[in-house]
Amino acid sequence: MTDFLVLTEKILEITVLICLAGISIALILLLYRIIAGPTQADRAIALDAMGIDLMGIAGLMSILLITDKLNDVVLLIGILAFLGTLAIAKYLEKGVIIDRDN
Amino acid sequence: MLSVNLVIIIPFLIAIIIPFINKKLTRVHIGWIVLLVPAGLFIALASYIPSIASGQTFAHTIQWIPTFGVNFTTYLDGLSLIFGLLITGVGALVVHYSIYYLSSKESLNNFYIYLLLFMGAMLGVIFSDNIMVLYVFWELTSISSFLLIAFWYHRKRSREGAQKSLLITVTGGFAMLISFIMLYVITGTLSVREIIGVIPDHTDHVLFIPAMLLLLLAAFTKSAQFPFHIWLPDAMEAPTPVSAYLHSATMVKAGIYLVARFTPVFGGDAIWFWLVTGVGILTMFWGAFNAVKQMDLKALLAYSTISQLGMIMSMFGMGSAALHNGYSTDSVIYTQATFAALFHLVNHSTFKGALFMVVGIVDHEVGTRDIRKLGGLVTLMPATFTMAAIGSFSMAGIPPFNGFLSKEMFFTVALNIMELNIFNLETWGSLIPILGWVASVLTFVYCLIIVFKTFLGPYQEEKLERPAHEAPVGMLTGPGVLSLFVVGIFFFPNILGDYLLRPAMNGIFPEFVEGLGVEIHAWHGFELELFMTIAIVVLGTLLFVTLRYWKGIYNLFPETWTFNTLYNFALHQLEEKSYPVTRFYMTGFLHDYLVYIYLFFVVVIGGTLSYTGAFSFDISDNVPISRYEWIIVMVMMVAAVSILFAKSRLTAIILNGVLGYSIAVLFVLFRAPDLALTQLVIETVTTVLFLVCYYFLPEWKKEDAPRRSKTSNAIISIGVGTVFTTVALAVQNGKLFETISGYFENAYELAGGENIVNAILGDFRAFDTMLEVVVLVIAGIGVYTLIKLKPGKEDKNVEDQ
Repeated sequence: MTDFLVLTEKILEITVLICLAGISIALILLLYRIIAGPTQADRAIALDAMGIDLMGIAGLMSILLITDKLNDVVLLIGILAFLGTLAIAKYLEKGVIIDRDN
Repeated sequence: MLSVNLVIIIPFLIAIIIPFINKKLTRVHIGWIVLLVPAGLFIALASYIPSIASGQTFAHTIQWIPTFGVNFTTYLDGLSLIFGLLITGVGALVVHYSIYYLSSKESLNNFYIYLLLFMGAMLGVIFSDNIMVLYVFWELTSISSFLLIAFWYHRKRSREGAQKSLLITVTGGFAMLISFIMLYVITGTLSVREIIGVIPDHTDHVLFIPAMLLLLLAAFTKSAQFPFHIWLPDAMEAPTPVSAYLHSATMVKAGIYLVARFTPVFGGDAIWFWLVTGVGILTMFWGAFNAVKQMDLKALLAYSTISQLGMIMSMFGMGSAALHNGYSTDSVIYTQATFAALFHLVNHSTFKGALFMVVGIVDHEVGTRDIRKLGGLVTLMPATFTMAAIGSFSMAGIPPFNGFLSKEMFFTVALNIMELNIFNLETWGSLIPILGWVASVLTFVYCLIIVFKTFLGPYQEEKLERPAHEAPVGMLTGPGVLSLFVVGIFFFPNILGDYLLRPAMNGIFPEFVEGLGVEIHAWHGFELELFMTIAIVVLGTLLFVTLRYWKGIYNLFPETWTFNTLYNFALHQLEEKSYPVTRFYMTGFLHDYLVYIYLFFVVVIGGTLSYTGAFSFDISDNVPISRYEWIIVMVMMVAAVSILFAKSRLTAIILNGVLGYSIAVLFVLFRAPDLALTQLVIETVTTVLFLVCYYFLPEWKKEDAPRRSKTSNAIISIGVGTVFTTVALAVQNGKLFETISGYFENAYELAGGENIVNAILGDFRAFDTMLEVVVLVIAGIGVYTLIKLKPGKEDKNVEDQ
């Protein structure tokens, strides 16, 4: 029984590490896109995707560190990445972020 | 008896109430009220004469700052009594004279307030025993004389003269302050008497000579000695009563008082002897030489004052030689010089005060002081002429006036000093009587100029502003009384000598028990001194008669080669040169200031750390760096470097966002969820705000700074980064004691919170949190006001401030 538990723990840890490695590669590629990206929209989308990746990292870290304290972080990144992308999108579209009341 | 402290304070008190009295008593000239002050003080001080003459001294202390030893201590001995009587006596005569001299249209309030301030300050200088208090009063004399010189402040030359005198005398004042501090360091006391008592043990102290030199600088600037004499002729822009009072009898003698008072401290030293004597004799010659060429009577008197002050100074210098070997019957003879100096000091105050007042009368009655326009006033102003003649001939050193006595004594001591075999006197000593004699000849010439060019010769009414007539009696009283003294001292010099000068000698030579002072004789046989005087008269008359033939030698000196030119040049250059220096580093560009700040950081912090050897790294204790941390740090480094090369604003903003989010991930990795949350929110808000701002900014342009500036920027930024990193690493290494974080682990028991971070923020250290909230509130209000409040049209330049 304990052997099984140890094995699953090992599998889980290896999985998490593989996931983290994958996300890290994704982060670096996204960073390349942000720097190279021919248009600003490319960069904005890359940043958005980066936010999702960070959510993943935070989630995986909470598994790795065996804590539930990072769940808030995951949710917050979700909201903020959305808001940030929205702001950049509006900036690219209209040039302003907060419209004046007419 | 009246306490001496009170004598000092009374003029200040009266100065305060002068405007109120003036308002109430509109019909009485305010000068009459003021006159009571010096007259009363003179009587009060004169009542001390018998006890001083019998060898008593009076000290009285009022505590001021006792913890620092600064107390308002007055000390009345023979020396200060002489000065006190001069200040109050001449002061009373000057005030009386000014009542007639100044019309009631002038701002009399100001005049008498300044004059009383000056009088009180001057009394403070001479009676103070505490050197710090002495310094306070010393600066007060500088300031009040500045105010008096610029009394007619609408005239440009008055303002210039006042500025010049203030700059020079205050420079000396600061030197004096430093010297006093040094004296305190040497002796550990602030009292002059105590310093005199302990100074023999400290003469080899390293600060002894610097203190002496700085003290002499103060004395020379105040007493208009060569080459600091240049302020005195320019101070003649003051009203004549001021010139008579400050620039003949009192303020210019403050330096002399200082030398006399500190002779027991520094006297006996070769440097002191040669500086005081040498500068004095040089000043005597230079003043007399320049006085002859002056066309303005007051300027002539100013230079003659310089010359006479030099003579007094040199005699004090010669007298100090007596202290060299301590008390012995041989050295007593040199104390004669000091006695002669004190005697001439009194004499000079009498005749120079009278002469200034006479010149003032002439100016007042005919409207000019130019000797080329004056002449033939003898029959029109007989009384004025008499006083001018008495004053001038006394100054020239002719019997039966007191100047004769002091000049004879001067020659005696100057001849005596040559026989002294110390201080290299055998080689240079003969210069003293020679220079003194030449100066005396020139003195005789300019004294003849005063009398003959002003009062004799043709009367040129067409050149005068007003036809000449005799002055009112009130104006003649002041010079009249002084002239009486001039003659009186000649006939009864020993009254003055016994009652005032001898006690004063005791103060200057405390170790000398007897034999101080001499009997003053008008006639002492056919000595060399007498022949010198006869030669002066003969040669002086000859020179005066042939004045127009040899006056050309003054043109031999280039007009621009004067100390005035040097002073103006220095002042001008100081302004001229300091402007480019300031402009050189105060460029007005933020970039440059940042460079200074960062360079300072690199040089000072980095330099200190490497100098003290604080860079010692030991990373063996550190937790190993995990792979995730490496990856995040790599991402951050790439993003951070890329910002520098970003082509557009949005790229820079997005890269900045990457940085911020990566930091949040680092917080996650380091198990700080609260920080990660906050960091994420703040980063997002910042990014949005950047976007808001950038909408209003012009297109992102590539910086076209020169390559050199770019390179230096790069070097500086790398330097700052390196220093900062090394500091952080070094700090990490220098853990001296345990952290206190263990305490906060009891957060649940102590504060009832499981979240330690929040317990710290809201409970353990809530004070910080409160103030940070205040910071946010202030920032919010600031942003709101910046956006909402627009400057109105009339205050358009608000932003330029």
